[in-house]
Amino acid sequence: MNTLALFSGAVTLLGAIMVITRQVAVHAVLYLVVTLLGLATVFALLGAPFAAALEVIIYAGAIMVLFVFVIMMLNLGQSDREREKEWLRPRIWLGPALLSILLCAELIYSVSSSPQQEGPLAPLSARDVGLSLFGPYVLMVELVSFLLLAGLITAFHIGRHRTEGR
Amino acid sequence: MSQIPFLAIVLTPLVILALATLLTWVERRLLGLWQDRHGPNRVGPGGLFQAVADGIKILFKQDWIPPFADKAIFVLAPTIGMMTVLLSFGAIPFTAWSGIVGTLNVGLLFILGMMGLGVYAVVLAGWASNSKYALLGGMRAAAQMISYEVFMGLSLLGVVMIAGSFNLHDIVMAQTHCWFILPQCLGFLVFLLAGIAETHRLPFDLPEGENELGAGFHTEYSGMKFGMFFIAEYAGIILISSLVTTLYLGGWQGPLLPAALWFLLKTTSVVIFFILLRAALPRPRYDQLMALGWKILLPLSLLNVTATGTVLMLRAAG
Repeated sequence: MNTLALFSGAVTLLGAIMVITRQVAVHAVLYLVVTLLGLATVFALLGAPFAAALEVIIYAGAIMVLFVFVIMMLNLGQSDREREKEWLRPRIWLGPALLSILLCAELIYSVSSSPQQEGPLAPLSARDVGLSLFGPYVLMVELVSFLLLAGLITAFHIGRHRTEGR
Repeated sequence: MSQIPFLAIVLTPLVILALATLLTWVERRLLGLWQDRHGPNRVGPGGLFQAVADGIKILFKQDWIPPFADKAIFVLAPTIGMMTVLLSFGAIPFTAWSGIVGTLNVGLLFILGMMGLGVYAVVLAGWASNSKYALLGGMRAAAQMISYEVFMGLSLLGVVMIAGSFNLHDIVMAQTHCWFILPQCLGFLVFLLAGIAETHRLPFDLPEGENELGAGFHTEYSGMKFGMFFIAEYAGIILISSLVTTLYLGGWQGPLLPAALWFLLKTTSVVIFFILLRAALPRPRYDQLMALGWKILLPLSLLNVTATGTVLMLRAAG
């Protein structure tokens, strides 16, 4: 299982690298889908099948489709491809790469210094997730619902047909 | 279930593909019957081998990729469509003991996820073809399928609430005394409509819409690549029908007859209902389709969730 998790992790990382180096936007989005699917596999292998399923349904299946939808509406062409090439010069890589290496070092340090967990992980069922969401994290759930409501109202306001003002 | 069901893994896709091919003939014969004409009746007994003849014809056609298309994605798109549908069948419990991962604890969510990924087949086909009709078809498909996925998920919540599980095996077992079509009739209706929209079948086949968009998202496809879209669509009908059977019609359960036969009978009836809808209903306009979804089906499915929750709470309390 460890090998499988590492393998899916490698696929995820490779996908993520491909996302930022593609010049055609749709190709990048497709690699992002692969990355998300890899992430879902990691979740499933770590004993969280519910989180894995949600990752596939919401991120890979819905949000990424909206990305593709928007890209199709924009009708990107050769000029965008060239501009993308312009942006992907090595100089621009320097800053983000340095910062990422710092984060990576921090992650490796924290993982290696934390105590090893032995034994098989107990799979987390949907019931457990629901109980913890509406138990200790209920405040967070309510706050997120505020945020979503605000987003909904804003979208409604922007998308409304204004007929009376003219 | 402890040994690897290798045979099931090999057989399930083969059987599904064969059934989907057969369904192309069944549909044309039934449409002929309802429209007062013959349909294909020349090849083999009752025209049964028409499906085989079509298969041979489509295999020998020139497989052409347009020079203006994005080649890699153009080839990838039909593959995604076929793969997601066939993978979904893995989680469906055909009988109490079969099904490849029939006892998967997030089985229902797995199938929803696969359906969500299936959208890419249509959308990417539309984009990769790089022609305006295909692009329009792909955009319609994206909007339609994303919207109807929402109602599909919401309409299933009622079933999950009553059964208390995402496991399809448990959901079937919860229907031993009463099929969910009775307490969940509202959810059933929404699910059925969303299922038709999700397989983009007539009357909701706006991504194809042959009289306005040529053939929509698969305008540029020919030969076996088109064949894969075609067969994947029919496999999708079988998938939605077996889901309806599993979730609302008691799955494999029934008196006297063996379990597999009950499943087959129920699924076939739903498939035939799908075909009857195609024969009976005209195609709505695109804005009518979206309005139906967001203004009628969404409130209905929310109402269904609220009502189910209220009844379950009252029953638990009293």
